[in-house]
Amino acid sequence: MPELTYLQAISDGLRTEMRRDKRVFLIGEDVGVYGGAFKVSLGFQEEFGPWRVIDAPLAETAILGACTGASMMGMRPVAEMQFADFVSCAWDHLVTVAAKQRWRAGTPVPIVVRLPSGGGFSGGPFHSQNPESSFAHIPGLKCVCPATPEDAKGLLISAIEDPNPVLFFEHKHLYRRIKSEVPEERYTVPIGKARTHRIGRDISLITWGAMVYTAEEAAQQLENDGVSVEVIDLRSVMPWDKAAVLDSVRKTSKVLILHEDTRTGGFGAEIAATIAEEAFEDLDAPVQRIAAPDTPVPFSPPLEKAYIPQVDDVVAGLRNLAEY
Amino acid sequence: MATETAVDVVMPQMGVSVSEGTITKWLKREGEQVEADEPLLEISTDKVDTEVPSPASGTLVQILAQEGETVDVGTKIAQIGGSGGAPAAVPAAPEPEPAPVAEAPAPAAAPVPAAPVAPTPPPPVQEPGGNGKFVSPVVARIASEHGIDPNAIPGTGRGGRVTKQDILAFVEQGPAAAPAPAAPAAPAAPAPPRAPQPQAQAAAPQAGETVEPVSAMRRGIAEHMRRSVDTAAHVTSAIEVDMSKVVAARETLKKEYQSAYGVNPTYLAFVARAAVDTLKDYPYINGELRGDSIVTRNYVNLGIAVELAEGKGLIVPVIRNAEGLNLLGVARSIADIAARARDKKLLPDDVQGGTFTITNPGGYGTFHGTPVINQPQSAILGTYALVKRPWVVTDENGNDAIAIKPLMNITLTYDHRLVDGAYAGRFLRDLRQRLENWEGDGG
Repeated sequence: MPELTYLQAISDGLRTEMRRDKRVFLIGEDVGVYGGAFKVSLGFQEEFGPWRVIDAPLAETAILGACTGASMMGMRPVAEMQFADFVSCAWDHLVTVAAKQRWRAGTPVPIVVRLPSGGGFSGGPFHSQNPESSFAHIPGLKCVCPATPEDAKGLLISAIEDPNPVLFFEHKHLYRRIKSEVPEERYTVPIGKARTHRIGRDISLITWGAMVYTAEEAAQQLENDGVSVEVIDLRSVMPWDKAAVLDSVRKTSKVLILHEDTRTGGFGAEIAATIAEEAFEDLDAPVQRIAAPDTPVPFSPPLEKAYIPQVDDVVAGLRNLAEY
Repeated sequence: MATETAVDVVMPQMGVSVSEGTITKWLKREGEQVEADEPLLEISTDKVDTEVPSPASGTLVQILAQEGETVDVGTKIAQIGGSGGAPAAVPAAPEPEPAPVAEAPAPAAAPVPAAPVAPTPPPPVQEPGGNGKFVSPVVARIASEHGIDPNAIPGTGRGGRVTKQDILAFVEQGPAAAPAPAAPAAPAAPAPPRAPQPQAQAAAPQAGETVEPVSAMRRGIAEHMRRSVDTAAHVTSAIEVDMSKVVAARETLKKEYQSAYGVNPTYLAFVARAAVDTLKDYPYINGELRGDSIVTRNYVNLGIAVELAEGKGLIVPVIRNAEGLNLLGVARSIADIAARARDKKLLPDDVQGGTFTITNPGGYGTFHGTPVINQPQSAILGTYALVKRPWVVTDENGNDAIAIKPLMNITLTYDHRLVDGAYAGRFLRDLRQRLENWEGDGG
């Protein structure tokens, strides 16, 4: 099995589907000649031609409007937002039209919106956000947040197959930092199915995206204290794997939810509420959250470090729960 | 200073069955600064005397319960920080409820970009509000499924909270794993006379009398001693032990133990070590009559009676699993619990779960006594003064002679309901043999 970076795995998944299915095309700012801001589609225009790898104007509404229309005509569009932050320009099309079309008229809208998201490299307030909870709140949209190269490829293929609009949050900080074996052949990872990243007994640590690695490091430190932490990688936040989370909570009775998005109204709140509703009698400690504070993402490296949850923050949160 | 958040200091729960505590000493005065975890006051309960650390850093704004007062667990006894302002001008009548400061200026209307909100730190464990400790949902569910009172389980969580692991272990191992019940089932036969209620008010003091309130510890001792005498059929047997070999062994070990470990191998440590060994062959003496059952154990939790300074009472801290300790371990454990008892550093767990007790009143020269059994145990060993006495010894030719020997009287007071006289006699004989044949560190 070849070793691929997270970024190469996304390219590989996209290329696989474009070779397999002529309905699949890519549209976005600089995705063609330039190969995309992060070079995910480098060489795609040469292979698939300018009509399947389309350089769009700087107009996110136009990109998603085109995708919605094309999908209703039977195509399988994949849109790239240069940064996840820019998708807010296309909010109306995504939320009012694409998300509701199937309920309103019965027409599937099989589009994929690729969203390079997340911080950790001093990108500042417009290039570092994790807006998954905003879209998870919109009925009709699916949101996936892979953490590993293998999941990135498998979930992208599932997203392209899916008859609904799927927001594919790819974490920029993982693009070239994370590398692992990825099967060469085509495969899918089901949307809405969590992955147990680490098996544990004492505390459930629920997370997704780049925070999976922060969680893993913290869990390793807790192991030295004799505390066994289970790390659940949700992989998708909408739909999310309630059963996997509740099973883990019933086992450990203590939960820490970790996300890079801001705290208030973050998706962790939904998970915490569900645990309180459905696993109340299994809890041995208050459900805890660790998330970014409710501010825009700062530019300054020390401030950004203080902003994004770090391993030490998670260790402290886990110790607090362990001692409770 | 007036802008700090007010933190209440409440009477802590110092053991499962403890419902009130007496303030013996405030270590800080009103207006003084105190750091979090710095000792703030000393309290006395019927289980332990201990220091209470400050729950927060700040100014000790107000003391609400004075030295000598006994209050229920959970009662607010002081306030740290906050705008309590000057201590109440009329200290005689404490205000029923110091009103929270409502006059703090309302925050100005938020500017358009909302002010950043710092991430909320995880909340601390709620302090127990009433008598019981906080019971989490999962513990409550398991308790109700098994018909267990969670307050009867020793807790290892924050503030002694019973965790899920605690209750699961309790369910798995059965109640034997729990500390000894506070009160054993009373004998069914003739109802024992009620213990005199120490709180019953006596007549006003007469000329020449001084009256002092009964401390929580004294009340606990009074109740326990009375109940023990009402419960057990106390019988005492005594034996004289020639301690020559122990004295010799101690002389040899003393220097090594003191220089290498800083521990004094006391005679008590030798006797304790020999007694724990002997108990293996006499399980009833380390056992308990519990209702209709006889409970014996494969371990010895050895209680050592320790007198507190100035006759302020007696406490029996417990050396757990004493059967696993060698002479050095026993000596070290005795030194540790005695020091902690005198420094008021014992925890509730340190005084629970004993299976056998040794009391050592010999330090004052007494040569005999009849101690009271520490309920719900079945026996208590008394050790007395080591004195040189003329002693008849028989040499290898069968000739008797009088020699000077270091002798110690040792008594066993036992509950004749469970332990018979011959059984106790054999125990004392074996204990004497161990001491009279002592070699080195006893192995």
